[in-house]
Amino acid sequence: MVKLAVDVGGLALANPVMPASGTFAEGLDRVFDLNRLGAFVTKTITQDFRAGNPVPRVCESAEGLLNSIGIPSKGLAHFIEHVVPFYARFSPPLVVSISAPTVDGFAAMARALTIPGVAGIEANISCPNIEEDGKSFAMEPRLTAQVTEALRRATSLPLWVKLTPNTGDIVAVARAAETGGADAVVVSNTILAMRIDTDTFRPKLGNVLGGLSGPAIKPIALRMVYQCAARLGIPIIGCGGIATAEDAVEYLLAGASAVQVGTTTFVRPTAMIGVIDGLAAFCRRRGIADVNNLVGAVADAGFDGQVAEAAS
Amino acid sequence: MLEAHATRPAGAANAPAVSDCPTEVVSHVAVNAEYRHLVLRAGAPATLAEPGQFFHLLCPANGEDKPYLRRPMSTYRADPATGTVEFLYKVTGLGTRALTALASGDELNILGPLGVGFRLDPAWRTIVVLGRGVGLATLAPLAEAAHALGIAVTAILSARRADLVMSAERFAAIGAQVVPVLDSDGSSEPARVAALLDGLAEAGRADAVFTCGSNRLFRLAKDVAARRGIAGQVALEQQMACGLGMCFCCVRKFEVDGRLVDRRVCWDGPVFDLKEATSW
Repeated sequence: MVKLAVDVGGLALANPVMPASGTFAEGLDRVFDLNRLGAFVTKTITQDFRAGNPVPRVCESAEGLLNSIGIPSKGLAHFIEHVVPFYARFSPPLVVSISAPTVDGFAAMARALTIPGVAGIEANISCPNIEEDGKSFAMEPRLTAQVTEALRRATSLPLWVKLTPNTGDIVAVARAAETGGADAVVVSNTILAMRIDTDTFRPKLGNVLGGLSGPAIKPIALRMVYQCAARLGIPIIGCGGIATAEDAVEYLLAGASAVQVGTTTFVRPTAMIGVIDGLAAFCRRRGIADVNNLVGAVADAGFDGQVAEAAS
Repeated sequence: MLEAHATRPAGAANAPAVSDCPTEVVSHVAVNAEYRHLVLRAGAPATLAEPGQFFHLLCPANGEDKPYLRRPMSTYRADPATGTVEFLYKVTGLGTRALTALASGDELNILGPLGVGFRLDPAWRTIVVLGRGVGLATLAPLAEAAHALGIAVTAILSARRADLVMSAERFAAIGAQVVPVLDSDGSSEPARVAALLDGLAEAGRADAVFTCGSNRLFRLAKDVAARRGIAGQVALEQQMACGLGMCFCCVRKFEVDGRLVDRRVCWDGPVFDLKEATSW
């Protein structure tokens, strides 16, 4: 029997596999038993109603997807009244992804969500679809530190901070989150991208710019997890292009303590179940008794690529 | 039954199961210059799809065509007795182009049945279905379900030319009055179709009107239904990613209590009340 249970920044999970924010909702309940998941991570919510961006909101790319959904949200009150109770019937802990335009806004949301039924907060300080020109808090260490400190003061819940790959220095941003009081970081959100229709000369997304996700970005996010793992004392949740158990194993080897599966769920709704079962099978096959033994186990000794230096 | 379309409550206990299931291609043929008919061998719950529900097809790569996302497709027929699910489609882009390579015996993964289908009020005596192109594929199972409830059907089938009228035989087989309207002879002009629909309503032969596949037909059906005070529903299309209400990419605008609101075509629809749906 392989041990799959992990502890991620103060949250005990039955296994290290959970959905990435924005790729999970009640509808998946019709396809498989949601109790199989390590945790639930909700679509990002905001304090007030948000309509989201103009359509088209997605377009395909090679082995991936661009989105500019823009966080449509029914607001915090609706979420607390309707969504939190829905998940109470399931055993996995509920992690609520939040977004706000200001530091104080983030803190207020975290405070309001520090209630029974909510097991943790994932601060989405990295969505490229909210601010002008794809900007976000997590592009800068200073802003990341400010918002994380405010969140830390606002809630006693486990606090995960979701980072963006759209920064020049992911390690510095991750360290700012750690110093600011985050219990874990999620590496990472989507990569700012665009596509143009060559028939019409028009951008393929209604918002012009959007975030690229899916298998196409896996090597980039994996590299960022590896770089962060060398310099961080808090757990990392790997996110970016995970489609199979082998993808998840790669992230664990790079230093992630858990993983989020996102875009692949749109294509194969049972993908997370495949990753969980596949992880157990992988460990059995390799004689690994505890999935935690894979974390950071990349055999990079003797390689010359001095990643931590290169990044700092 | 006739109430304004309500968003489905989260996790409704009676929600049908959705399966992500492999199917086998039984047959796949071109029915005319533009449309192809795909028959799949499948099990429950796929074969239990209701009229208006759809499936999300994992189109296999075909040469340079490598669709990443699934493609939504409305159900042309689903029959638990024969263990088959059928689709009628037009090749319009990458996904449907990739589908064309499928041959008998090949495997195709389909996710479904998905969405909220048509609602039929057993109190209705007679309905009108009004469609064009692939929209008629969506309306054929509805006509059959109406027939099973003892509701008479008039089918107004719009097409560019007589040889492109889809599924006339399926509507005829249930005793529907079939009225082809064509671009080639001008009978498909919105004003003429509206007059036709008005005449049916006047004669008491339109307790409800159903439409799919054409914005022009939608607008005139909405207009006539509003003027005559009759019920109506429309099956809508929109680009989709997940098909399960998670990603919020397939939203359209709906008029609700004088306000425009976004609804997800995959989850709140694809069938909506004609009063609330807006032109596209």
